[in-house]
Amino acid sequence: MNSGIKTKKTYDVIVMIIMIILAILFAFPLYWIITGSFKDAAAINAAVPEWFPHNPIKDNYVRLMAKPAFKWLFNAVFISVTSMALTCITASMAGYALAKKRFAGQKTLFTLLICAMALPKQVVLVPLLKEMSFLGLHDTMWAVILPTVGWPFGIFLLKQFSEGIPTEMLEAVRIDGAGEIQTFTTMVLPMVKPGIGALAIFTFISTWNDYFLQLIMLNSSDVLTISLGIAKLQAEMSNDFGLIMAGASLGAIPIVAIFLMFQKYFTQGITMGAVKG
Amino acid sequence: MSKNSNVPARSKVLSRRETRTAYLFLLPALVFFIGFVIIPMVLCLITSFFNYTMGDFSFIGIENYVKMFQDDIFLVALKNTILIVVVAVPTVTAFSLWVGASIYNMHAISRSFFRCIFYLPVVTGSVAVSVVWKWMFNKYNGLFNNVLTGMGVIDQKISWLGDERFALWCIIVILFTTSIGQPIVLYVAALGNVDPSQTEAAEVDGATKFQTFWKIKWPAIMPTTLYILIITTINSFQCYALIQLLTSGGPNHSTETIMYYIYYQAFKLNNYGYGNAMGIFLAIIIAIFSAIQLRVGKSDN
Repeated sequence: MNSGIKTKKTYDVIVMIIMIILAILFAFPLYWIITGSFKDAAAINAAVPEWFPHNPIKDNYVRLMAKPAFKWLFNAVFISVTSMALTCITASMAGYALAKKRFAGQKTLFTLLICAMALPKQVVLVPLLKEMSFLGLHDTMWAVILPTVGWPFGIFLLKQFSEGIPTEMLEAVRIDGAGEIQTFTTMVLPMVKPGIGALAIFTFISTWNDYFLQLIMLNSSDVLTISLGIAKLQAEMSNDFGLIMAGASLGAIPIVAIFLMFQKYFTQGITMGAVKG
Repeated sequence: MSKNSNVPARSKVLSRRETRTAYLFLLPALVFFIGFVIIPMVLCLITSFFNYTMGDFSFIGIENYVKMFQDDIFLVALKNTILIVVVAVPTVTAFSLWVGASIYNMHAISRSFFRCIFYLPVVTGSVAVSVVWKWMFNKYNGLFNNVLTGMGVIDQKISWLGDERFALWCIIVILFTTSIGQPIVLYVAALGNVDPSQTEAAEVDGATKFQTFWKIKWPAIMPTTLYILIITTINSFQCYALIQLLTSGGPNHSTETIMYYIYYQAFKLNNYGYGNAMGIFLAIIIAIFSAIQLRVGKSDN
């Protein structure tokens, strides 16, 4: 018995050590980007890596500010916030209807949504680009926002949350004379609030990082996002690692901070979305 | 049907009204869904049967699909894509299960700490992460060559991303680090939903940790495993961003994937019809892979 407990203890310690090593490896890219953005070229290219900047400089950021970096950042924020708001509004309404209403065509619609989710969304980027050009929206931020809002993940997520609303409560409000819209705003919305929080943070982060969609849809310098901006720096000034890392830090720090602040909701979002997905 | 005809007329009116209200609530979402998901999918399918380029739009039947299998680069891309999927999907799933199970047993604070750490590469984003990997794989002053030559493992510096033998494996390593975040979160949540009375009963009956895991926890988390297999398959099949950022499909097409080749054909050569046909083909393969996983997973239970 005793030796069993002992081996269990040893195993736990070994697991902890492996986990800590893995954690260092997984945190390394972010650490390296941020510390690298404060190094000069010699320190970055040193044969023996400088694990911590000995003489931190702000020169990389000065050069970054000569580029439209804040414009890129603003565009990323605009695209992510708009997609987030529209997704939350449309998905909370649709999720409620799917969960709490009985209507003709319900099953067909639900199947269609599931099938669409299982398809690779990047495959449709070619026709999507053509459609956006046809609508005159190509190379505008809407070309990224509209397809993001169309993706049915949010509907599923909020359907899950809406199913938790007791039907008797909805009926009680209705008997009291509340209209459909009033029922939705005073009853449904407060009850699915955690779901909306989860969807909001999930949409914000995934839109911010949807590099491929941004790459296809946005070309002009005044609509580039921070991800595209960093990629542009990487392509055009591939030897200026300090500048690239300053750009990468500017892009990564806000999104990582948001993730850390709201990670509870975020985790909830991806787990709830998976149950029926 | 027969049930419906028995319903009194008043209730029919009510149900028609409910249908109308339901669609009013669905309307905004459906506008976006149909407009920017369904329409492009339909266009993708239709134009895949056309010779659709900058100057031409004519029906050619299944010619695009036939052409694919005579296109050597497409076949290389297909082989590479399947290799990525076959390597990445099992390793991501197994590794995230192990990490998920290990951190699940930890104190709540360390659990959420590790969960965040493994999610960091996803949140940081492909573009920023690839900046660091590019440096690590760099031939002249990259971390790997410095460490490996320092330790005497290799005596000549290797151009990791520029060498046909290594480039695809480098991509798979990076893809792995950016793919395990979500599965770990899902596994930790799924393990939390396993009925504790069952595992306790098994342990009282003298089952080892290992037995408890395979007999009770593994079947209970099977739906999560299936979901993880499917989303990882979809993501690996669509591997694009890392390749565009790091190798552009090279050297000598050794990191060419279907997704990258679609992009190249459609946007660099303006062969939209051909690109769309490859897209439809990719969607069909993904559907087949997902169906097989679902079938195997269900028979396992």
